[in-house]
Amino acid sequence: MRARRRNLLLLLNLLLAGASLSLSLMIGSVDIPATEVWSHLLSNDGSINDRIVDQLRLPRVLTAFAVGGLLALAGALMQVLLRNPLGDPYVLGVSGGAATAVLTAMLLSLPSVWYTPAAAVGALFSTLLVFGLTRSGDDWHSDRLLLTGIVVAAGWSALISFVLSVSPASQLPGMLFWLMGDLADANKPGLPLTLLAVGLTLAFLRARDLNIATQGLLQAAALGIDTRRLRLELYFLAALLTAAAVTAAGAVGFVGLVTPHLIRRLGGYDHRVLLPAATLLGGSLLVLADTAARTLISPMQLPVGVLTAMIGVPVFLFLLHRRVRR
Amino acid sequence: MKHLLETKGLTVDIAGQRVCTRLDLEIDAGECWALLGRNGTGKTTLLHHLAGLRQDHSGTILLGGNELSTLTPRRRAQHTAVLLQHSSRGFGASVLDTVLTGRHPHLATLAWENASDLTIARQCIAALGLEALAERSLETLSGGELRRVEIARLLAQQSPVSLLDEPTNHLDLAHQATCLRTLQKQCVTEQNAMLLVVHDLNLAFRACDHWLILNGGGSWQAGPRDALCDPELLSLAYGHPISRINSDSGPLFLARL
Repeated sequence: MRARRRNLLLLLNLLLAGASLSLSLMIGSVDIPATEVWSHLLSNDGSINDRIVDQLRLPRVLTAFAVGGLLALAGALMQVLLRNPLGDPYVLGVSGGAATAVLTAMLLSLPSVWYTPAAAVGALFSTLLVFGLTRSGDDWHSDRLLLTGIVVAAGWSALISFVLSVSPASQLPGMLFWLMGDLADANKPGLPLTLLAVGLTLAFLRARDLNIATQGLLQAAALGIDTRRLRLELYFLAALLTAAAVTAAGAVGFVGLVTPHLIRRLGGYDHRVLLPAATLLGGSLLVLADTAARTLISPMQLPVGVLTAMIGVPVFLFLLHRRVRR
Repeated sequence: MKHLLETKGLTVDIAGQRVCTRLDLEIDAGECWALLGRNGTGKTTLLHHLAGLRQDHSGTILLGGNELSTLTPRRRAQHTAVLLQHSSRGFGASVLDTVLTGRHPHLATLAWENASDLTIARQCIAALGLEALAERSLETLSGGELRRVEIARLLAQQSPVSLLDEPTNHLDLAHQATCLRTLQKQCVTEQNAMLLVVHDLNLAFRACDHWLILNGGGSWQAGPRDALCDPELLSLAYGHPISRINSDSGPLFLARL
């Protein structure tokens, strides 16, 4: 009975992932039927549709899936670390640090190959900054981590506003797109997918520890978990996953916040189910959102972050409302 | 002979205040100890040290003859179960899943709970009268029900030593009695040892055969209950006049108003 519910939840998310990936490969400025998509994926006939599927849609769809998965997984880990089921992967100021670095690179008119490394450096710098400010001796509390993260993020946000206000008007649209989270230039799924696989494996090894850590770190210690190590692992794993996502697609909001919570709503409290299920769901949601972003008002493309926020805000408020009412 | 829990010259301080000076304690199988003392004398702190959750003490703590500081957290948790003072509802997992986490120290890293773990959890749930709530989320429980879930989790851990910080918090009179009865029975039949922080001297007298009293400032008294349940001694320990009234159901302790 218990095992059946678990498997059902995983199966549903697996099916959703398959469906969203297929759909996203089919839909676009040219609609390509499913059977044709498969033949293009499996063989190369040199046609335009073949190139659309293999070179344009597939890399973008896979990147979207990886980014969504990374954010959902990071969100699930951050929620345990902060002991708050509504925690967010951006709470460590990762997105702010990355955005400040990328916007500065844009302001200095550096070539666009510098954007990705700049985002990675900015994200990791902010992670270390928040960590350094939060740690005092052995003891660091989730409340203090949350507050430090919020204040550092506010600092980044001020710097971002500064860069935006001194930037020439011609550069503003590019900057704004980056800030909102955009997959238009996302065509290198290799690294994010690899990091997602590694991150999910590492997190899964800790899944039962995470179940207990939701009951409090002291309780986790009482049940024989080395909580200092667990916290460090959670912190840096979540930060790395978020940094990878932000580097690939900018600050896409709400996926990391809402997805783990949705899985819990469906009964997935056990992290051995929650982690893989949330990863799959996060990936699927971002793939669907990105498909909508590039087709809704085509030929214009929306930044995907606009769509995730427009969907995420009402969903989040609904979940919050249900939580309070119970 | 190896004691289940033993301290030798244990000196504990917290925030510049002395909790106990050179505490020598020997707790054996089948014994149930009450840890008594005024608010702020460091009962919880001492319990955390005995549980291995804090290490900044001098002297030694031995678990079944092994020095506590040499044990891995996992080995320690196999030997000692802890009920913390403050309850947590976590993220709202079910009662059964929460009680099952008591099996954690006995499971390998990637192992799932097997049928026998499930049986143990269900037995502990039944022992605390929680059968009807097994599938309920912790978020929907009352404070007293939550406390019983936590006691069930502690029992599921099946460890030789149990340390309980105010187990009767949030419990009504009837459940105070039945929960302590369950714990006491467990202690005797399984030949475990138990140390519990309680404020109610009447419960301490009925549930525990040994008392450890912290007087504040580091002085302490430990031994069989009957040697320590003297009203004068208790009045000194609590800094308040306490009288002992003999009744048909044994002595009753009253703090004078």
